[in-house]
Amino acid sequence: MELTKLTACQAADKIRKKEISVPELTYAYLDKIIELNKKIGAYITVCGQEAEKQADIVQKKFDKNEELPLIAGIPAGINDNICTSGVLTSCGSRMLSNFVPPYDATVIKKLSQNHAVLLGKLNMDEFAMGSSNETSWYGQVKNPWDPERVPGGSGGGAAAAVASKMACFALGSDTGGSARLAASFCGVVGLRPTYGTVSRYGLVAFASSMDQAAPVTRDVADCAAVMNVIAGYDPLDSISRDSGYEDYTSFLENDVKGLKIGLPKEYFSGAVQKEVKEKVLDAAKVFESLGAEIEEISLPLFEYALPAYYIISSAEASSNLAQYDGIKYGYRAQQFEDLVDLYKKSRGEGFGEEVKRRILFGTYVLGAGNYDVFYNKALKVKRMIFEEYQNAYQKVDIILGPTAPSTAFKIGEKTVDPLDMYLIDAYTVPVNLAGLCAISLPCGFDSSGLPVGMQLIGKPYGEGTILRAAFTYEKNTGGNGGIDRGV
Amino acid sequence: MEYEVVIGLEIHAELATKSKIYCGCTTEFGGEPNTHCCPGCIGMPGALPVLNKAVVEYAIKAGLATNCEISHYSRQDRKHYFYPDLAKAYQISQCDYPLCRNGYLEIEVNGEKKKIGITRIHIEEDAGKLIHDEYGRGTFVDYNRSGVPLIEIVTEPDMRSSAEVKAFFEKLKAILEYTAVSDCKMQEGSLRADINLSVRPKGQKEFGVRTEMKNLNSIRAIVRAVEFEAKRQILELEYGGVIERETRRWDDVKGESYSMRTKEEATDYRYMPDPDLYPIYVDQEWIEQIRATIPELPDDRKKRFISELGIPEYDASIITASKPLADFFEAAAKESKNAKAISNWVMGDLMKKLNDTGLEPSDIPFAPGNLARLVSLIDENVISGKIAKQVFDIMWETGEDPADIVEKKGLKVVTDTDAIRSVIIQVISANPKSVEDYKSGKTKAMGFLIGQIMRETKGKADPQAVNRLLKEELDKL
Repeated sequence: MELTKLTACQAADKIRKKEISVPELTYAYLDKIIELNKKIGAYITVCGQEAEKQADIVQKKFDKNEELPLIAGIPAGINDNICTSGVLTSCGSRMLSNFVPPYDATVIKKLSQNHAVLLGKLNMDEFAMGSSNETSWYGQVKNPWDPERVPGGSGGGAAAAVASKMACFALGSDTGGSARLAASFCGVVGLRPTYGTVSRYGLVAFASSMDQAAPVTRDVADCAAVMNVIAGYDPLDSISRDSGYEDYTSFLENDVKGLKIGLPKEYFSGAVQKEVKEKVLDAAKVFESLGAEIEEISLPLFEYALPAYYIISSAEASSNLAQYDGIKYGYRAQQFEDLVDLYKKSRGEGFGEEVKRRILFGTYVLGAGNYDVFYNKALKVKRMIFEEYQNAYQKVDIILGPTAPSTAFKIGEKTVDPLDMYLIDAYTVPVNLAGLCAISLPCGFDSSGLPVGMQLIGKPYGEGTILRAAFTYEKNTGGNGGIDRGV
Repeated sequence: MEYEVVIGLEIHAELATKSKIYCGCTTEFGGEPNTHCCPGCIGMPGALPVLNKAVVEYAIKAGLATNCEISHYSRQDRKHYFYPDLAKAYQISQCDYPLCRNGYLEIEVNGEKKKIGITRIHIEEDAGKLIHDEYGRGTFVDYNRSGVPLIEIVTEPDMRSSAEVKAFFEKLKAILEYTAVSDCKMQEGSLRADINLSVRPKGQKEFGVRTEMKNLNSIRAIVRAVEFEAKRQILELEYGGVIERETRRWDDVKGESYSMRTKEEATDYRYMPDPDLYPIYVDQEWIEQIRATIPELPDDRKKRFISELGIPEYDASIITASKPLADFFEAAAKESKNAKAISNWVMGDLMKKLNDTGLEPSDIPFAPGNLARLVSLIDENVISGKIAKQVFDIMWETGEDPADIVEKKGLKVVTDTDAIRSVIIQVISANPKSVEDYKSGKTKAMGFLIGQIMRETKGKADPQAVNRLLKEELDKL
C-alpha cells in the first residue's frame, strides 16, 4: 500500500484500525518530499524533525485509545503566508526571508489542537500576488502533471504538494482565487470559504477585505473535514463570525435532486478555452442526469469584476505592505545613507517586480484626487456585483463555471504582459468581491492530459450546498481520485 | 494697522483606559522599552486590530461633556506615512466619519463669556517613540506607547488671543480630568496641543494663511507659542512679507518657532477605511448609559462652591479648574467649619508649594483632613497664624497630623499671663531706649517691643495677651 495515496479521511480510518501508524504515514510523506521537492519546488521549509516528533506524540495518544479529531496525525503542508511560531514565514518574499514569527496563526493553533502533523511551509507567489507561482523569491513551483507548466497561483506550492503526494492536505489562502486556481491547474480540490468564516489572525495580509485561508485537498470529503477544523469565530479577528456550521461533513450527501444550478453565459464565452468549456458543460450534464435543474443565467457586471478587484486588492496591498520598511524585522538593505534611503533601498531590494507594481498601482488609486475616481468607484462596483449575485441566487442555488479560462500554461508564457496574467483570475475574483464561497474540483482532462477545474459558487455561507454538490459529482464520476499525479 | 489673531487648536489626549485601543496590552506609562507590546503593537505580519469598547465609551463621554453630537455611525480609517515609530506605517484614525461632532465649551476671559466651537472629536492610536542613544550607537524604537488610545479634539478657529486659548485649554483639561477620560499628565505627554494660527487686518472677513505648530506639552508653552507666532506673522505682514502655509516647530527653550515643512512637502496620507475593522455603530441607549456616568463638571461645581461653601468666585474658578485640587479642597472644607479659611490656605500657601515644587494637585503629600484640623487649631486659638505656617511646612514634609506637630514641637500658644508677663518685664529692662521712645509718644516703639517679646516666646505667646499685658507694664512705669 502506498500510504501517500490515501486521502485524509482514508488515512484517519486506517490509523484507527491500527493498519497504519502516524509515524509510518509521516515518514512516507517526508520520503516523498525528499524524492520530489527538488523537482517540484513546493516546499520552502520542511520541518522534518518537528513532524517526526509530533507523529510520535500523536501515535502515543492513539495507542492509549484516546479519542482524537479526524485530522489527528494527518500530515499537512502550510502556505508560507500563514504564521507558524518558530518557523520561517516568508510569504515567498525576500522581504520576509528572515522572518520567524513568535506566534501561531489561529488556523495553525486549531490544526495543532487537532493534532495534525505539520510537514513544512509551502511556496507561493510573493505575498500571494500572482497566478502562476512565478513571482516567488524561492523559485518557480512546477506543475506535477507537466514540469514545464505552472501550477497556478498564488498557492502553487499547496496545490502541487497535494497533487504530487508531498502533503495529505494543505492550507492555502484565497484572496482572488489563489487556492482554487492552483487546485484547478493541479487537479485537486480547493475551497474558498465565505469571508469571515475562517480567522485571518496570523494570515499575512494581502487584501484584507478578501483574504481567507483555504483548504486544498485530494477530495471533497477531506475539504469538509479540514473546514471543520479551521472555521469558526475568533475574537482576534474583528471581521470573523460564526458561520453557524457545526459539521461541514454532514453535507457530504450523494444527492443533487432539485438543486438549481445556474450557468452564467459570461463564464462560457470569450476567453475560455474550448476544451475547458466542454468539460464544464459535461459536468453540468452529469448534474442534470442526477436530478439537478440547469439554468442559463446572466451576470452582466462580470467584466467589471477584474478591474474592481485589482483596484481594491492593490490599494489594500499598498497599505498592508507599508509595514515592511526594514526597521523592525525582515529584509534591510546593507548600505544606506539616511532613513529615507533605508526605506527606499530595503523596499526596492526586498520586494519583487509584481509586488512593486501592485504597491505602485495601489498607492496611485488611493492618492489625493484619485480616491474617488478609482478606489471609491471600485467599492461601488463591488457592491453592485454583490447585489447582482444576490439576485442570481433568487433563481438558483449554486452557480457553475470554469475555475480558470484555461488549463495550466507554460512557464514564462504570460510573464511578458501582466494583464495577460491578470485575466487568468477573471472567473475567480467575482467570488471574493461578492463575499461568496466556492469550491474548485477536477472535472476531467484536456487533450494534453492536463486537469480541468470547475467551480461551484455558493451564496454567502452556502458552503453546505456546494460541498454537497461537489461530493455528489465526485461520487458519480470518480473525480480524479484514482490517478497518481506524481511527476 | 491693527490685526486680529485667529487661533484653532487640535488637542490630543491619551485616554485613561487600562488597555490599548486595538489589543490587550497595558497603557501604563514607562516600562522597559518594548515590554508593553504584542505583535500588533510592533506591526508584525498577520496581527489584527480588535477595537477596545472602553475607548469608544471614553470618547463618547468626552463628547457629551463638551456638548457634542454623538455619531450613530462612525468609521475607522488608515492614515499612511512612513516613520520608524509608526509600526504599521499607517495610523488607525477617523477621517470622514468621526465619533463626535459640533460641540462647544464656554470660556470666560476678563468677565466676558464666549463659546468656542468644537468641530469634532475622533479616536485614534498613538505611535511609539524614538530613542536616540546618548553614546551614539544609533537610534532605537520603543513601541510601548504604540496603540495607546487617543482622542483628537479639533476646535473651530474661534479663539482670538492667548488668554482665550489658555482659558479654553484649561477648561477642556478640567473636563477631561473630571470625567476621568484622561489623566492629562502633560509632562508625560498625555495631553498635547497643536496650534493653528493666522492673523488678518481687523475687520477683514477672510482668514489669513495659517501655520501649524505641533506637540505643545505645557500650558506655558502654548501661551508663549501663540504670542510668539502672532507677533511673528504680524511683523512679517507689516514688512510686506507673506505668510506661508507650513508646519512649524516650537522650541520652548529658545522661545521661538521655526519652519519644519511647507505645504508642498505635505504628505498625502492616502486615507482609506480600515478593512480590518467594522464601522462603529452607537445607539441612543448606549449614549444615555454613558451620559449617566458623567460626574459634576467644573462649572456646576464652581457654582456650588460659591453658594454652598461661600467662597469667592475667583477662588472657586481657580480651585475647580483642577479636579484633584477641587477634590482636596472640598474634602477639607467638609471637615472644617471654616471653608473660607480653607480656600485661603489652598489659594495661598498650598498653591505656592505646588508651584515651587512642580508637583500636581494629585500629589499633595498630606490628607485634606490635616488642613481642616490646622484651620481649627488657628480658629480655636491653639496656635497663631504665623505658627500655622510653620506647621503647614512640616505637614508638607512629613504628612503628620498638625495637632501632633504642635504637640511635639511645643508650638502651642502661651496663654499663661504670668509667663508672658515675666518675658515682658525682661524685654522692657533690656530695651530702655524703646521704652523711652514709647513714653515720648512714639507708638512705633510698641511694635518693636512686641516683636522682641514674640521672638523670645518663639511666636507662641497669645498676641492679644501680649498686647494687653505690655500696655499694663508700660503704664506702670
